[in-house]
Amino acid sequence: MTVITPPEAAIVTVASAPRPAAFWRLKGFPLIPILILVFIALVAIFADVLAPYDPTIGSLARRFRPPFWQEGGSTAYLLGTDHVGRDVLSRLIYGARVSMVVGITAVLVAGGIGTLLGILSGYLGGWADQVVMRLTDTWLALPALTFAIFLAAIVGPSELNIILILGLVYWTRYARVIRGEVLSLKQREFVRLAIVAGCSSRTIMWRHILPNVINSAVVLATLMLGVVIVTEASLSFLGVGVPPPKPAWGLMMADGKKGLLVGYWWLTVFPGVCIMLMVLSANLLGDWLRVKLDPQLRQL
Amino acid sequence: MKQYILRRVGYSLLSLFLLSLTIFLFVRVTGDPVALLTEPGASQEDIEAMHRQFGLDQPLWVQYWHFIASFITGDFGQSFYYRTPVLDLYFQRLPNSLILAAVAMALSLVIGIPSGILAAVRVDGFWDSAGKLFALLGLSLPQFWVGLVLILVFSVSLGWLPSSGSGSFLHILMPAFTLGWYFAAAHMRLTRSSMLEVMGSEYVKLARLKGLPEALVIGKHALKNALIPVITLAGINLVVMINVAVIVETVFAWPGIGRLLYEGVTFRDFPVVQAVVVIGGSMIILVNLLIDILYALIDPRIRLES
Amino acid sequence: MAGQTLLSLEHLSAHYVSQQGTRVVRAVDDVTISLGAGETLGIVGESGSGKTTLALTMMRLLPPAARIVAGRMMFEGEDLLKKSDEEMRKVRGKRIAMLLQDPMASLNPLFSIGNQVAEPIRVHEGAAPRTAWQRAIQLLKSVRIASPDTRVSQFPHEMSGGMRQRIVGAIGISCEPRLLIADEPTTSLDLTIQAQYLNLLRDLQREHGLALIFITHNLGIVAKMCDQLAVMYAGRVVEQGPVSRIFNAPTHPYTKALLGSIPRMTDGGERLTAIDGQPPDLSNLPAGCAFAPRCPAVTTRCRVEAPPEFVTEPGRSARCWLAEPMALRSSAA
Repeated sequence: MTVITPPEAAIVTVASAPRPAAFWRLKGFPLIPILILVFIALVAIFADVLAPYDPTIGSLARRFRPPFWQEGGSTAYLLGTDHVGRDVLSRLIYGARVSMVVGITAVLVAGGIGTLLGILSGYLGGWADQVVMRLTDTWLALPALTFAIFLAAIVGPSELNIILILGLVYWTRYARVIRGEVLSLKQREFVRLAIVAGCSSRTIMWRHILPNVINSAVVLATLMLGVVIVTEASLSFLGVGVPPPKPAWGLMMADGKKGLLVGYWWLTVFPGVCIMLMVLSANLLGDWLRVKLDPQLRQL
Repeated sequence: MKQYILRRVGYSLLSLFLLSLTIFLFVRVTGDPVALLTEPGASQEDIEAMHRQFGLDQPLWVQYWHFIASFITGDFGQSFYYRTPVLDLYFQRLPNSLILAAVAMALSLVIGIPSGILAAVRVDGFWDSAGKLFALLGLSLPQFWVGLVLILVFSVSLGWLPSSGSGSFLHILMPAFTLGWYFAAAHMRLTRSSMLEVMGSEYVKLARLKGLPEALVIGKHALKNALIPVITLAGINLVVMINVAVIVETVFAWPGIGRLLYEGVTFRDFPVVQAVVVIGGSMIILVNLLIDILYALIDPRIRLES
Repeated sequence: MAGQTLLSLEHLSAHYVSQQGTRVVRAVDDVTISLGAGETLGIVGESGSGKTTLALTMMRLLPPAARIVAGRMMFEGEDLLKKSDEEMRKVRGKRIAMLLQDPMASLNPLFSIGNQVAEPIRVHEGAAPRTAWQRAIQLLKSVRIASPDTRVSQFPHEMSGGMRQRIVGAIGISCEPRLLIADEPTTSLDLTIQAQYLNLLRDLQREHGLALIFITHNLGIVAKMCDQLAVMYAGRVVEQGPVSRIFNAPTHPYTKALLGSIPRMTDGGERLTAIDGQPPDLSNLPAGCAFAPRCPAVTTRCRVEAPPEFVTEPGRSARCWLAEPMALRSSAA
């Protein structure tokens, strides 16, 4: 347990701790995940320019073409075609747009609602707090996917609906964390001073509390991004996500499943790789941010 | 302690109330209850009969009362697709989900706990890093993704395992692993952090000071304390597993509750969907309550507190 | 010193090293202490002076970030630093025992008292469970716990603070060690219980021929219980020797300040002497004497050159330039 070194090897003091190096050279900086996410975002933005074909139009004559390096494939359809003859590569590219748009927007919606309610419930306390707390407890008991499926079954799938549904399902996680932060912020000097000085609740919440919880909200948003994307893909896989013919990676995998047993592997593998890259990158980024920026959130 | 139990039961009842209220409101207010609750292709008279039956012209709280009352009496409606009472369908499928969850839970504990212990004891060692990778993948990869990859490898390429259906041990392997991976990761992480916390405690320090062999320090003093939160989580997760298995059961065509939910959504069989969600949510709330009560009964510290 | 030397620490140093190897905390620095069989030594200092680290060093149970970098630890004629991990494990609890500060936290909440007291007996002496259990009951009796037969099956949270402290003591003496180290043994006790506990320790010492080391910041305990005293500051021993001699005429300014800061009934309402300044940052010690920034008797030499330990009488030394003129020819080597 203790290591005994002879006196000659005893280490001599070096005066000070290392200066913080450039941000990106900090230990464990997730360079690759960030690059991947940026790449996917760029692909999503420039999809119109990048995709060789319209992702929703296919021709039955060209169905089930394999990727270009396999026999039967051609460089016209680099990654092959699907069961109705649509180009897989184009669908992947436009799918990036769907994933990014739905993912980011849903996270923003959930974050907005959750932060707002978290601040209100944490700061105001009393019955507002009780109501929000009970509600979050209950909604958190229901698994997110089940809840999302239920809502999708009621309102019917559309891109907007999916975003709203995901926002509704996930705001509870924000509210919990933000509320905790607000509770401890309430004890801090500057908030007490503001109260004593007679500032209205609204002013305090807006000018003092909110800026201080933004930090955690951002970290939480990054953590949630991975989860939301997985849920969206799962919903698409089950057929209640973004409706066809819009390309969503989860939907592509669902379609691809039918062809799996007869050897049409590319319909499953390529969208799978895309999902995997995006989710892993988001999660790695979120993990790193959590450790670096906010020791409090390390409990999550 | 009696106070504690009463309070906990009260909370659970409140949660159940809120759950049912949420579901009720979403159906009646956001959705189109008539369209949802009547079969597609029903005649005009049937629709009007529905209107009356659900009292859609009556105030909301009356409707809610009917809603609750029917559930308490076990009437979850009839499945459009199967034309049998939903509750019967549910209990028909439930055993399959239980079996799947049991095997998946066993897997997740067998993998998760030892690797969590190893990771904690050899912090920053090879096993810790391997464990972290395993956990990251388990928590990140969507279940349908894992399932499909497993099918690709073990059914299509190697031909070792059947890709769907139930009936033999071989059939359960892939679905159980797919379902269990996420939870194995969660259990591993919790075991690791719990062990680390316990290993830094004073009584572990004293155990070392007593000159006990390291195996005894870890295996006796650290382990028992560290496993308490893990077992608690596992208990709750068992019920959660049953309810989140929808993806796995769909990918592997496993005839459980999850697949029932999928069918309900795909065939627009709303009573089925509603029932699965209501029963599932209630199950989880109840199991949380049970575990809390069990805790209060077992843990020597709480038992004597009041 | 009565009896032969039981424990002899010679120029012992233990440092904490940061992960990148850039920050070194000299938690224990060049410590030389000796203790005879059956004697009682008090180690006194502020928080962060290194006293607890010293105790853990003696048990060779430092956290992984720490290393023993120099010195010898002679115990009953053997150098403990030369022992393997397994050999050292057999020493712990059996020949040297240590009592931790917080008795509630030291006892495992999930196991019975009997289980925890009997444990070292089963491990070190290979006793059968029943024998060890009976021994445990005897031990509880010897630390004056009432109805030991019922208490032995109970759990830590069912005991009062004073009882837990005594149980920890019972664990300590269970294998008849030669040396018992008590880290702040009375800090968590009520005043009324403190005296009882200290008396118990003294009785146990006499019955079992134990040597005791008290680690404390409470000079009252030192006055009452200890024969020898070592004062620590910034990881170094700045003064040591017989308690009565040091209390009557302290050499080192820090010791003087410590003694002067105790409120006494006879003070006649004078202001307490506080020591100016803050305890030093052990990773960034100034050159020269560590106490220099706060010392009322500081000279230029003190700031520049760190004083060695000067032996001023047989069995007494001080690490201060003020002691130099009184030093005997041979230094405390």
